[in-house]
Amino acid sequence: MKRKHRRLMVVLTSLGLLGAAAALVLTAVEDSLVFFYTPSDLAERPTPPESLFRLGGLVEEGSVRKDGATTHFNVTDLQKTIPASFTGVLPDLFRPGQGVVAEGTLNPDGSFTATEVLAKHDETYMPKEVADALRESGQWRDESVAQ
Amino acid sequence: MFHRFANPARFSRIAARVLPWSAAATIALFVIGIYFALFASPADFQQGETVRIMYVHVPSAWISMACYTFIAVMSAVALIWKHPLADIAARSAAPLGAGFTLIVLITGSLWGKPTWGTWWVWDARLTSVLVLFFLYLGHIALTNAFDNPQRGARAAAVLALVGFVNIPIIKFSVNWWNTLHQPASVTRLDAPAIDPAILTPLLLMALAFTFYFLTMLLVRMRADLNATRARALRLSAAE
Repeated sequence: MKRKHRRLMVVLTSLGLLGAAAALVLTAVEDSLVFFYTPSDLAERPTPPESLFRLGGLVEEGSVRKDGATTHFNVTDLQKTIPASFTGVLPDLFRPGQGVVAEGTLNPDGSFTATEVLAKHDETYMPKEVADALRESGQWRDESVAQ
Repeated sequence: MFHRFANPARFSRIAARVLPWSAAATIALFVIGIYFALFASPADFQQGETVRIMYVHVPSAWISMACYTFIAVMSAVALIWKHPLADIAARSAAPLGAGFTLIVLITGSLWGKPTWGTWWVWDARLTSVLVLFFLYLGHIALTNAFDNPQRGARAAAVLALVGFVNIPIIKFSVNWWNTLHQPASVTRLDAPAIDPAILTPLLLMALAFTFYFLTMLLVRMRADLNATRARALRLSAAE
């Protein structure tokens, strides 16, 4: 009985210490764990021009403008907005109001040039008829916050 | 209560009686689940037909994490209380978990290409699930790495417990850090963000996957017990 209790204590203590260590490590390297920065993040921690990073947010409604093979659009997190441009083929899900993650560099004038654009899918799933019905009755919430 | 079922002979008897029922339930649930997933459910308003990949992807993901949690609990029981059945349960579950994790990675990749525009990204969710896959492989390798199966079981049990830190990381990665992977749709505090017409096939498939996992686990544990008994008989005959 005594032995069992000691083993139980050893296992529980090790797991506790391990969990604490993991939490500390993850907090310390949080910066490299985030997949993208939001426009607000960028305002808080300025990024030097020419450094490659990912910018994430929503494609602002009415901001998409095609210019040949180049698409101009605004990435917003509903607080801050950054104008971006991308030359190439966009993913099918790319559209105004939709989440987007773009990899690229910041230009000196504060705009963003993307070299790769990924569409971000949110956690809402519904049939097309339901989506249409919601839009018609005006209950649609296109501004679902970018995660 | 637990000790009653931890007796290997009693376990084998109960498993033999449960198996036909759980196998029948698995088949029935898969028939209904696949019918709902492929025919009796609508396409998504954004993803179109691609949404059907979720009916395999999400249940596999749930099982792969539940299976690892099961292995971790069994490993703790094996290390602390030295129940032989706990070791057998852990090493029987590991290849199943590895298989489900591989399914998650492959189906996720197939979904990611049309939806996100990429097969793979190194975001926190995808990376931590890849780590889970490697943990399973490590567990299987370690179990079989020693001539003495008990030493292998011990080493694998320690790995399983250490690797358990990864499970909350997988689960909450989408909430703690910005990821490309979307946050949870079903297990959240408010109502699920999935329309009932899409949630029904998902839950049916999840149930089918669960019964499949339990059935295979019982089959594998019984096979393992029989192999152990056969080995013991051979050894005693040789003496």
